[in-house]
Amino acid sequence: MNVPGSGLARGLAVTLRTMTRRAATRQYPDVPPDLPPRSRGVIALFEENCTVCMLCARECPDWCIYIDSHKETMPAREEGARARQRNVLDRFAIDFALCMYCGICIEACPFDALFWSPEFEYAEYDILELTHEKDRLREWMWTVPPPPAQDPLGEPAKEVLAAEKAAGKATDAPARPDRPARTERPVRTERPARTERPARVDSPARADRPTAADGAERPAKLDGPDRPAAPAVGAAEPVEPVEPGEPPAEPGGAGGGQ
Amino acid sequence: MLDTALKVLGVLAAFLVLPLLVGQLEHKTMAHMQSRLGPMYAGGFHGWAQLVADGVKFVQKGEVVPAAVDRPVYRLAPAVALLPYLLVLVVVPVGAGRVASSLDLGLFFALAVTGIGVVGMLMAAWASANKYSLIGGLRGAAQLLAYELPLVLAAVSPAMAAGTLSLSGIVEAWKPWWLIWQAPAAVVFFIAGLAEIRRPPFDMPLAESELVFGYLTEYTGLRFALFILAEYAGIVVISALTTVLFLGGWRIPGLPDSLGPLWTLVKVGLLSFVVIWVRVSYPRLREDQLQRLAWLGLVPVALAQLVLTGVVAVAVA
Repeated sequence: MNVPGSGLARGLAVTLRTMTRRAATRQYPDVPPDLPPRSRGVIALFEENCTVCMLCARECPDWCIYIDSHKETMPAREEGARARQRNVLDRFAIDFALCMYCGICIEACPFDALFWSPEFEYAEYDILELTHEKDRLREWMWTVPPPPAQDPLGEPAKEVLAAEKAAGKATDAPARPDRPARTERPVRTERPARTERPARVDSPARADRPTAADGAERPAKLDGPDRPAAPAVGAAEPVEPVEPGEPPAEPGGAGGGQ
Repeated sequence: MLDTALKVLGVLAAFLVLPLLVGQLEHKTMAHMQSRLGPMYAGGFHGWAQLVADGVKFVQKGEVVPAAVDRPVYRLAPAVALLPYLLVLVVVPVGAGRVASSLDLGLFFALAVTGIGVVGMLMAAWASANKYSLIGGLRGAAQLLAYELPLVLAAVSPAMAAGTLSLSGIVEAWKPWWLIWQAPAAVVFFIAGLAEIRRPPFDMPLAESELVFGYLTEYTGLRFALFILAEYAGIVVISALTTVLFLGGWRIPGLPDSLGPLWTLVKVGLLSFVVIWVRVSYPRLREDQLQRLAWLGLVPVALAQLVLTGVVAVAVA
């Protein structure tokens, strides 16, 4: 250690050793980068789920989301019922020159209409081109990766709990603590300890929205044009809950809005 | 006549090609030592044509000459910096009898001409009328004074051992055990040579983090490229002189001398690699450390080597 010049020799050894190893360079334009999961590249819009509630635009710290809409009157669903109105989205634009990629809009969206996409190659020569209108935002939708698998040891998604709770109400199951219907599900039998637990009722407001809440259905897994038509439109109205536990087999079954 | 023309052409080709090869080697070696890839696009295969592309770029650049410069000196300086290295290559033997001009005073000529390169730097520094250039030039002058002495003293040692100043004669008299006997002189010569051609870690005259780019601050385009070429030519020259004086030139024991130029090239290439390796590994010395290394380190070692060489030479004789 104290031999004169040993430090110099070690310096030479370090550079020589580094030379024999693979370079750390990623040849990006030639080789696509190896992005971590859930990279924040661009924000995608799943238009059918948007109810023009404006929450994203209000929560956006940069005010970079522009939404225009108009109201349409829907024909009455039943004889003698009142005609309903709904919002129709005219314009949804995100100015990515202003966006700071905080993701608050995605968190704020109650209807799963906004998603992170890992795509990042949308640089422009004109700053005005960075305002992506809803068609472009929709194109990003097809690049959204599927959500990560549920941690088998984690608590179930609150959408699932809410759906189960709603289902429990509908089938009028008085035996709340043990809930025999639940124990038959294969998912639950893997975790028998959980079946003893009473369902968490931390989000009672959501219990009546099973359609927007069925976490098993993700828009990204569907092909664009064949998507269910505006499932979230019906989500605002109370509908009869879907089968507890297992997601609806056909996507249209989740809608309930027709 | 034809023979002379061929020799001149050969030296010219070596002078133009070898520095480019060393430059490319530096690009790639330095990159990989820093866990990078270096140039990858120019020429298609691992950026082999990067320096050609650089040369084209330098030629295309505009020549900006500041108003206050001393024009003739300013324009002449790159040539003065570059040509000495071409002249040194004339006397460097690459094989048995393969030398462009066999001078009996070859070593003397080589050392004298190498020193001229520094004059080119001083001319550039003074003529630029720029304070950074001037500081760089002053540093270069101090460096020259400090390192010319150990360089010459170390070069004298193999000449004493061989009993001749002819570079070919030194190689012919060389024996493998000289590698040990002359090792201190070889190290001193190599380090002093690095300082002489102002390579890192002895690049205080350039010191781009302190002096913009030292004596090259006011140079652009082709003249700048000539200075850079001179730096790489300097690497080739110092490596070649070290090879000839200390490493047996074209001779490798057990291998045929007929392939002499190949062995010379291999040795020069290895030494050039060491020059680059040292550059990557060490930070630039401070100005006082530079002087301390020369006067308290290299000069005493070179003098001690001279005594050793003298004693052993007399004992062997």
